Amino acid sequence: MVKQLIGRGALSGAVAGLVAFLFARIFAEPIISKAIAYESARDAMQDKLDKAQGLPVPAPGPDIFSRTIQMDVGIGAALILFGAAMGALVAVGYVIAIGRVGRVRPFTLALLIPAFYFAGAYFVPFLKYPANPPAIGHENTIKERGALFLVTVAVSCIALFLAVYFGQKLHKRLSLYSSVVTAAVGYMAVMAVLFLILPPLGHLHANVVEYGRQATETPLPLTDANGKIVFPGFPADLLAKFRVYSIVNQVILWGGIALLFAPQAQRLLDPAGAKAAKESRLVEGHTPVAV
Amino acid sequence: MSNTSAVSSTTSTPIGTPLIHANVKTVALLLGVSILALLVYYFIGVDEGMISVFGKSMVAHEFFHDGRHLLGFPCH
Repeated sequence: MVKQLIGRGALSGAVAGLVAFLFARIFAEPIISKAIAYESARDAMQDKLDKAQGLPVPAPGPDIFSRTIQMDVGIGAALILFGAAMGALVAVGYVIAIGRVGRVRPFTLALLIPAFYFAGAYFVPFLKYPANPPAIGHENTIKERGALFLVTVAVSCIALFLAVYFGQKLHKRLSLYSSVVTAAVGYMAVMAVLFLILPPLGHLHANVVEYGRQATETPLPLTDANGKIVFPGFPADLLAKFRVYSIVNQVILWGGIALLFAPQAQRLLDPAGAKAAKESRLVEGHTPVAV
Repeated sequence: MSNTSAVSSTTSTPIGTPLIHANVKTVALLLGVSILALLVYYFIGVDEGMISVFGKSMVAHEFFHDGRHLLGFPCH
């Protein structure tokens, strides 16, 4: 039973990843290409300015894969593999949670767990360290940025798990409403404190030295020796669109896992419920079965 | 339950008891799957960036490049 559930979780995730890839290929890739075009043009202008001042020009990054491979194959492989891995983790959480989180039906629980993973592993960390398109992110701060992001994700996941765990304990003494609200406020308080402690990316030492105290690493306009703007900062609309598409992409991924995994889990764990759901029709004298 | 069996056979019921218990076999399975999944997360999102098991190679980084950005991982 456990192995079957994990297999279905991983498969659901792979299929959800495929759908997310279709979305990403059609809607997000044009944005990514525009960001890369901005980056290339800005680098060319920066090199020109550096040369004019007699500064050394840095070597360009590697081009191991063509843009075509990256946008047609690489992102697809990334999303399908990521989806399969997250689907398997959803199934692991599901088999542990079932029977331990009160009177929630197998179908409903299978919808709820991906929603919690989405919030804990992606959306809440995004509020502090949002997704950035190519061109945003300085190479010499990747270690700090990576560590800050992973710490935020880890703390968020652990805090959300503890909120659910202690919420269950509270529910022995408080109403469902009070225990859910208390647990949710507890999680939000932990994350708020973390967000206040961790630095904005622009405040990292290497960035302050090179660019002054900015909030983020989003490229500023380039100026020549006279302070005249010769190249614009990163386009605000492009950044906004990329971030919205990043969120939509994850909603598709986790929503897809939820919608694909829930009926399969129900068939395995609650055959009577699955049968009743299948036979339910909205006709007179027949109440649809609640999920 | 016995006096409502006619109803419960056709309606979905919440499961009141845990599906699994902490025995060695189950824990090993769940731990193994979780580690495997986290390795995938690591290679898609992190490797050849902040830290790298393949040294200075950029193959995985460049291949997963667009996905890494869109999934929200720090990059470059």
